[in-house]
Amino acid sequence: MSRTVKLSAGLLLVVAVMAIAGPWVSPHDYLTTNLDSTLSPPSVSGQRFFGTDDLGRDQFVRTMTGTRVTLLVAVVASLVSLVIGVAYGATAGFIGGRVDAVMMRFVDTLYALPFIFLVILLMVAFERNFLLIFVAIGAINWLDMARIVRGQTLSLREREFVQAAQLIGVGTVGILRRHIAPNLVGIVIVYLTLTIPQAILVESFLSFLGLGVQEPQTSLGSLVNGGVAQMENASWVLLIPATWLALVLLAFNFLGDGLRDYFDVRKSP
Amino acid sequence: MLRYALLRILGAIPTLLLVIALAFLMVHAAPGGPFDDERVLPADVAANIESAYRLDDPLPQQFLAYLSGLVRFDLGPSYRYVGYTVAELIAIALPYSLQLGIMAMVVALLLGVSAGTFAALRQDTVLDRVVMGFSMTGISIPIFVIAPVLALLFAVKLQWLPAGWSGAEGAGRLVLPVVTLALPQIAYLARLTRASMIEVLGSDFIRTARAQGLGMPRVVRVHALKPAMLPVLSYLGPAVAAILTGSVVVEEIFGIPGLGQLFVRGALNRDYTLVLGIVVFYAALIVALNLVVDILYAVIDPRVRYR
Repeated sequence: MSRTVKLSAGLLLVVAVMAIAGPWVSPHDYLTTNLDSTLSPPSVSGQRFFGTDDLGRDQFVRTMTGTRVTLLVAVVASLVSLVIGVAYGATAGFIGGRVDAVMMRFVDTLYALPFIFLVILLMVAFERNFLLIFVAIGAINWLDMARIVRGQTLSLREREFVQAAQLIGVGTVGILRRHIAPNLVGIVIVYLTLTIPQAILVESFLSFLGLGVQEPQTSLGSLVNGGVAQMENASWVLLIPATWLALVLLAFNFLGDGLRDYFDVRKSP
Repeated sequence: MLRYALLRILGAIPTLLLVIALAFLMVHAAPGGPFDDERVLPADVAANIESAYRLDDPLPQQFLAYLSGLVRFDLGPSYRYVGYTVAELIAIALPYSLQLGIMAMVVALLLGVSAGTFAALRQDTVLDRVVMGFSMTGISIPIFVIAPVLALLFAVKLQWLPAGWSGAEGAGRLVLPVVTLALPQIAYLARLTRASMIEVLGSDFIRTARAQGLGMPRVVRVHALKPAMLPVLSYLGPAVAAILTGSVVVEEIFGIPGLGQLFVRGALNRDYTLVLGIVVFYAALIVALNLVVDILYAVIDPRVRYR
């Protein structure tokens, strides 16, 4: 496994530990405003590692809390897309024939839709429900997963051990569960690591526009948005969460890419 | 060829109808009406407004009325910008977004393809790794991070370029938005071009051309570029979609009165017809462009036509 993969995995581990432990360790919390020390620059002395925002709230704790929210949304949304994608792809691939053709044609149709705009529409219509963000992002991201899983299932179906199982009378569900599914685990995990950054991107995009996570809750997207308003006199309020978010995304992408190369699933640009 | 094109056009119609139906349903399934406010309207006034906007018709009838309006480019009245129709608002905002989007697309294609070819010709050298490293970074960093950071650096700190749109004059105000919008696409196109160029350069006809004594620049220009551009061509559809999404952010940050800004304002104000109209417009644009790309693809690569 390449050095980039290990490095990214290590970095993500550090990010996760900091996001979980940071708010407990710090003497500040993400809600308390302090109008005496607004926009104070980062310093170690008052344990204001990332400074404070325009309401005097501690940016370190806010960034860590935001990371928690962002990661949680991303992981849950990816799991949603995993369940839909694997079920859909495995079914299409295993049944094959005309059913497969129709099911994959439907996926092609969905690919052409401007999903992010439909998600925004959903957010407008249903009052930015937190649960809805999970579902909406999951509903976007299952398409890739379905395609990959379907391709893999299609080739697994022809293998001897599946035919042997069919011969001794194992049912369709049994074959899918006992013989197909275990062989999909590797590829699915690789694609999951690539789905998570996409989900992070969508969530933070929505939050950035003010259509995602709502105050006083925060996420990395809304922190960047808050930083934009302050960038002329307090650039760290923008730069720290922005860099943090970029770092997390970069690490996930490098990890997913490296894992894909390692397992040599499918070369792609 | 004509048959193929017709089939593609027919295939695009259900996609478009699906988007329109989905978007329409979402807006109409929203809890509460578009005119629900803190101030409760008297029942008869509310009823009058509803019948004026034909909101008291049954849903299928409203949908058919909306569709028949669409055919005539009538997207209905805006709920918030009183006195404007959605079509008028789109017509006012569109030129800004169009200018921005086309410029970003051209810049992205030129730089992305060049960078990708450059890296492919130096595969596995330090320069290749540097280009690909930048490319990965460009793909990973979201546009709403790139935009404010560039604005902070070049407009606020260095003051080389204007950050806003309204106060500035001339071409300078276009530089930052176009660069921001193009960067992720440059990054993606570079990776795409590099991968497909490496594959093409490994094929037999390139070896033949080389064996006949053609120089590398000429081989790339005359023989390799065209087949290597096929994946790039098929990425153009998603690229346009990505630029539309990106322009929502870029227009918001740089204060450009284009379609993206109109969309976000509409979304935050719950201007249902406006948001619905823009989504339908974007969808039509993306579907149409995908169609053009599909047909172009078949023109360039005859194998596609006979699948």
